[in-house]
Amino acid sequence: MKYCGKVVVTLKPGVFDPQGMTIKNALHTLSYQEVEEVETGKYFRIILKAVTKEEAERRVQEMCERLLANPVIERYTFEVEEFR
Amino acid sequence: MRFGVVVFPGSNCDYDCFYALRDVLGQDVVFLWHKNTDLQGCDCIILPGGFSYGDYLRTGAIARFSPIMEAVRDFVLQGGLVLGICNGFQILLESGLLPGALLPNRNGRFICRYVYLRVENANTPFTCLCTPGEILRIPIAHYQGNFFLPQDELGILTERGQVVFRYCGPQGEVSEAYNPNGSVGNVAGIASSDFRVMGMMPHPERACEEILGSVDGRKIFLSIVAWLEEKRYAGCGS
Amino acid sequence: MQVVDPERVARELGLRKGEYERILSVLGRAPTLTEVAMFSVEWSEHCGYLHSKQWLEFLPREGRFEVLVGEDAGGIVYDGLAIVFKMESHNHPSQIEPKQGAATGIGGIIRDILGSGARPIACLDSLHFGPLDDPRSCYVAKGVVEGIAWYGNCVGVPTVAGEVWFYPAFRGNCLVNVMCIGIAPRGRLARAVAKGVGNAIMYVGNKTGRDGIGGCSILASQEFGENEEKRPSVQIGDPFAEKCLIEATLEALATGYIVGIKDMGAAGLTCSSSEMAAAGESGIDINLDHVPVREEGMEAWEIMMSESQERMLLCVLKEHEEEVRNIFKKWGLEAEVIGRVTDTGRVTIRYRGEVVADIPAKELVRPPVYVPPRERPTYLDRINDLSLDNVPLPEDLESAFRQLLSSPNLASKRWIFEQYDHMVQTNTVILPGKGTVVLRVKGKHWGIAVTTDCNPFYCFLDPYRGAQIAVAEAARNLASCGAQPAGVTDCLNFGNPEKPDRYWQFTEAVLGLSDACRFFGIPVVSGNVSFYNESPFGAVYPTPTIGMVGIVEEIDKVVGGHFVKEGSIIVLFGETKEEIGGSEYLRVVHGIEAGPPPSLDLSFEKRLQEFLISCVRDRLFLSACDVSEGGIAITLAEAALSGDKIFGVDVDFASCGDLREDVLLFGESCGRVLVSLEEEKLQVLMDRAKHWGIPCVVLGKVQGEHIVLRKGKKTLVRLPVSQAFEIWEGAIARYV
Repeated sequence: MKYCGKVVVTLKPGVFDPQGMTIKNALHTLSYQEVEEVETGKYFRIILKAVTKEEAERRVQEMCERLLANPVIERYTFEVEEFR
Repeated sequence: MRFGVVVFPGSNCDYDCFYALRDVLGQDVVFLWHKNTDLQGCDCIILPGGFSYGDYLRTGAIARFSPIMEAVRDFVLQGGLVLGICNGFQILLESGLLPGALLPNRNGRFICRYVYLRVENANTPFTCLCTPGEILRIPIAHYQGNFFLPQDELGILTERGQVVFRYCGPQGEVSEAYNPNGSVGNVAGIASSDFRVMGMMPHPERACEEILGSVDGRKIFLSIVAWLEEKRYAGCGS
Repeated sequence: MQVVDPERVARELGLRKGEYERILSVLGRAPTLTEVAMFSVEWSEHCGYLHSKQWLEFLPREGRFEVLVGEDAGGIVYDGLAIVFKMESHNHPSQIEPKQGAATGIGGIIRDILGSGARPIACLDSLHFGPLDDPRSCYVAKGVVEGIAWYGNCVGVPTVAGEVWFYPAFRGNCLVNVMCIGIAPRGRLARAVAKGVGNAIMYVGNKTGRDGIGGCSILASQEFGENEEKRPSVQIGDPFAEKCLIEATLEALATGYIVGIKDMGAAGLTCSSSEMAAAGESGIDINLDHVPVREEGMEAWEIMMSESQERMLLCVLKEHEEEVRNIFKKWGLEAEVIGRVTDTGRVTIRYRGEVVADIPAKELVRPPVYVPPRERPTYLDRINDLSLDNVPLPEDLESAFRQLLSSPNLASKRWIFEQYDHMVQTNTVILPGKGTVVLRVKGKHWGIAVTTDCNPFYCFLDPYRGAQIAVAEAARNLASCGAQPAGVTDCLNFGNPEKPDRYWQFTEAVLGLSDACRFFGIPVVSGNVSFYNESPFGAVYPTPTIGMVGIVEEIDKVVGGHFVKEGSIIVLFGETKEEIGGSEYLRVVHGIEAGPPPSLDLSFEKRLQEFLISCVRDRLFLSACDVSEGGIAITLAEAALSGDKIFGVDVDFASCGDLREDVLLFGESCGRVLVSLEEEKLQVLMDRAKHWGIPCVVLGKVQGEHIVLRKGKKTLVRLPVSQAFEIWEGAIARYV
């Protein structure tokens, strides 16, 4: 079976996000005054082979912990679905 | 005749351009702050290299909304000359003043080194002192210099002579082996259809003095000077 | 409200026994939580130099040129221009979060230079990692390079040179030593002082968040344990803000309204406020309610300890606050008056209507001094007993040569330095590739040469001699391109000073460094000490990294390290001795890690330096580079392969003395330099060398398509240059 893992890695709360801050300021300059917060992150789409969905989830989680996110500054969320 | 070098927050080749033009080439040059809209009577505007707004979001994406870019747009409509170098090229693309996009380098890394460029069109305000096919040795320094344009559009651009520079070997051979960043067709610099706007990834301001290893960059600035002086409107494409 | 016991907090923040008692007697009362926090960072190893201060007194401060020793960086003066430089470590943060750790290291050292009033014109880095075939070390190495490239390139200060070493000793604790150089007219230098009662204390730059609270200073004061989770988060760099901060600060300094300035780096507001007050013999009264913060609900101690990056503290002439503020606002930065200079001599901190700290500034910046016992480690006897008889001579020296060419310690570092913008600011005259880089100074005929040096393995074998060799090699490097060595900055990386063997390594290295610099007449103008570089794998090799700056009197005469002309003659200066200990050859080809390291003759080195400078002045060389790790064979390869064009060489070692062939090729004897020159200059050169008493042999020629190394009739190596280039140039890329 093939599965598709969609991973979003963002900075942990409180960790400085200069990119988000600069983009927020730019949006304000373009008169989107209503913007209160901009958070940047990384998105990964991973197609993988696995026997079950649970296995795919386990593997993706492992990838997040070992490579995709640095637990010191980042957190991640992901979802796995069947890939056709 | 006067050059204007735009200073965006995060520009870092602004002073290098200024120095090359004023101290090396003896030209009249002023800095133009990005928040102003007065181009101070400049005849050629340079958008310098660097990391405007930290390259956050996309390179050049925030700088294009700077007040000065509106003035630059009007200036272009009136036939003024604009040269975008590296980040300046990226700003021109984001602004829609030139076609295409710049993607991250094929190898995924920043590259700083000398490259060879072949002059594909010596009949522009930026290259009129070069000979067709001339080879220039000028450094690149970028993370996103991988020029992209769909093949058919590139075909049209090429046909019209808007491809001004291609990356090449020391003998002028244009091939994958001499493509530093993966640019389609080895494109290193392009011009607008009226040839008044040019964007290029290599840094001519870094190649204006013997002591730095090359003076080939002078040709680009001096072409602008010659063109403006002689008003060589004819033979420049249109 | 929960009552917190300050004594317990003091202990948790790393204050030692006895230190809390001293705080009680300084204050005459129990400290507040904020005060405990402030003492803990000021009296940490990182900020307070508790174990190193008295040893650093030995370092010479005088030399050929006028010396400047400032609060955060030092320098020399030449032709009315101050050349300010400093090296600093960012080891621990880089080990945890390689990209951000290295990036914020660059940011911090740039602000140190900026704080002296100088424009940063170049950065260098000396990096030490575990072997590239170790996945974690490879990840750290790549992340560090990425961080330096990302931050350095964006901020527009060229990263021009450095060194990179790979040894198992750095597996659990990498070293990231970053150096920055800046220039300013002599009269425009700034100081880190607060004075003039009523003058404004202004906060400029990015906002304050909870970044690395207790991070850098506390981290750098404790060794790494196994548990990664407990570590506080490292700071995040914002090179865009830093670039704006550089421009705004220099613009503000030019107004003449700035009395004093200091970076808020490690230990943040605590360190900058107390040190500025103490240096100005003043007091400071700060209200934290005015500090721009990024997060809500920050406690006073958090604001005082935050290590958020890209911030500076200014002392601004009263009534000129607005002009200065507007400059920073123009660049999109925060700028708030957060306090005033007083005459109380105290650092008074207010927050939410209360005084949360009130400490005599002088006491805060007078940390305790410790001189723990030191003891010569026992491993030294065991490891320094190499006998050449126990090293078999390889049958195939060409295969040994190939092996060395592909050793990451000797291979081309192009994969790394091409990722750094080493040309921005258009001053780089000699490009990276062979250690020393030369920068022109716009509007002057002279230039600045700069290099970093330290062979950590030599220092492990013999810290005293290892440190001396680092100084001698750096000076030889500079002299080879025609530069007069002018000043040194050092970054001293060692293990836990509370362990006697580590502390012995440290003191030996400092003495070696001090003796060598004094002998050469080169002042140590600035520096940094990093202790506790240990991990479960053990302590790092003792690594006293040297950053050396030299003056090139005539910039147009400078020569590079690589060959430039077919047919030119190759000459070797200096004596090749029967020395193989500590060599990369021994380690890589034979798997033997043993000493002693090569011998060093300081008075010969000094003569050699002067000789080289005189030769460059008279344009005798086409190229010159010193012979070091990997021996003559590898130096020849570097000279042949590192230029724009690659060359073949044909050399014969017959006249280098009757030494074993591997010693000839790969021995690392000190005091040797390899040059190439036009044939017609050979006689002049030979005569001059004889006159100066410099041993000098003609090795051969730059020619052909092969690297040919012979000894008389016997060919030891014959390798096509294209093949050699492929091996040497691709070695690091193969791992990453």
